[in-house]
Amino acid sequence: MSTSSTTKRGVMGAPAAPPPTSTVTLNINGVDTRLQLAPWTSLLDALREYADLTGTKKGCDHGQCGACTVLVNGKRVNSCLTLAVMQEGNEITTIEGLGTQEKLHPLQQAFIDHDAFQCGYCTPGQICSAVGLINEGKAHTEDEIRELMSGNLCRCGAYVGILNAVKEVVDSRSNEVKR
Amino acid sequence: MNPFTYSHATAVDDAVRDKASHHDAAYIGGGTNLLDLMKENVERPTHLIGLNRLPLTKIQNDPEGGLRLGALATNADTAWHPEVEKRYPLLSQAILAGASPQLRNMATNGGNLMQRTRCYYFYDTATPCNKREPGSGCSAIGGYNRIHAILGTSQSCIATHPSDMCIALAALEAVVRVSGPNGERTIEFADFHRLPGNAPHIDNTLRPGELITGLDLPAKGFEKNYSYLKLRDRTSYAFALVSVAAALELEGNTIKDARIALGGVAHKPWRDTDVEDALKGQPATADTFRKAATQLLQGARGFGSNDFKVELAKRAIVRALKQATEMKQGPTEAFLNSNP
Repeated sequence: MSTSSTTKRGVMGAPAAPPPTSTVTLNINGVDTRLQLAPWTSLLDALREYADLTGTKKGCDHGQCGACTVLVNGKRVNSCLTLAVMQEGNEITTIEGLGTQEKLHPLQQAFIDHDAFQCGYCTPGQICSAVGLINEGKAHTEDEIRELMSGNLCRCGAYVGILNAVKEVVDSRSNEVKR
Repeated sequence: MNPFTYSHATAVDDAVRDKASHHDAAYIGGGTNLLDLMKENVERPTHLIGLNRLPLTKIQNDPEGGLRLGALATNADTAWHPEVEKRYPLLSQAILAGASPQLRNMATNGGNLMQRTRCYYFYDTATPCNKREPGSGCSAIGGYNRIHAILGTSQSCIATHPSDMCIALAALEAVVRVSGPNGERTIEFADFHRLPGNAPHIDNTLRPGELITGLDLPAKGFEKNYSYLKLRDRTSYAFALVSVAAALELEGNTIKDARIALGGVAHKPWRDTDVEDALKGQPATADTFRKAATQLLQGARGFGSNDFKVELAKRAIVRALKQATEMKQGPTEAFLNSNP
């Protein structure tokens, strides 16, 4: 269609000007990463489309589902609701930065042990969120874990397994402190 | 999302100047509401002024015995701050009743005041909405209005303010500090948000270009007798249908001072100081609370789907005041206490 080709190609059939980009440096999983990004690139899109880290998932893209949860300087956030340019210089931890194939993060192992997922799409966000929850140190009981994991939805309904997995790691951490 | 340019502000004055030099610029703090609205094409700024490098993240005692909350302190850091937990547990409880941990880690105190209504028609650019497009009409009046206002409405708009934090700030009589092209000033919390009247597109009384720099909490924190009761469709991660920030000062069983602010029922946190004054000297009993609730809801009206809110609000007020009187739950259970 002529209107859409005008929009895409600019006037007189010339290519439209590329969007203005700037260099954004993010420390992703311990590696300083320089990305050339337009200002409207969300942290989520920067991770998935520019840093090739597709472990972080795009669910609702509106901060309602928690699938995109990552850690910024150790605190859990929805990466869909922040711009990459706003996170310049910050330390970003994604699911790829938590464990390795050989040595899983305790939460990754606990999710396997407790059958805490079915399709797995919400899992990276659930695990990053649980890491943030443990860093915060406010949740100890099952009710507290339920409340403070409420920003992560699981459409498969694996909540029982998720709760048990998170509880196991929360308990093991508090036992370590007691010892 | 429409294209825009972005700049990092490093000083409040720079931010204010940058705003004045752009048409359609917006400040961005946590961005949790603004970016969502930009994705929906409801907000379409052409320039964003990033605030997260401004030195406004501190929470510190002020000389008058109160507490000053930096505008860029996050909602999470505010709710879990030892001074806030100890002296203003009502505020902690209200903040923790809202959003999710991830969002509270991003959202700032200033931004919480600036968030916009979650009216579905405001979000839906295919429908008329006087708040989004002045003069286009209100789709909620005569539409599906289960979440809408019952107090202070107008023929132009029946949207509610969505915040939990602001309901507690209203009850605590916080003061909003702002900086703008004409210098600094303060705004009483009751005067910050406005009723829709015939200009529902204006949410608050900030003047063009003004930036919130902090919130001052008065010394009196009602830390002995308080309750933030939030009633909603799910027990977590949902906006309030009705919420009540109740704070009492008691001498024995006699009420010396009372604050009642309602959320989910109006375009702004709803208070009636006549009702609060009438409580002074009264016994803290269910009968007293029922009278106050009836008075507070005088003039309330539903719009069809939200008719239930009038009775719900009355019962919530009675329950919150009872909880504030009895204080059966300790502050450590604050974040589970909103829907007992």
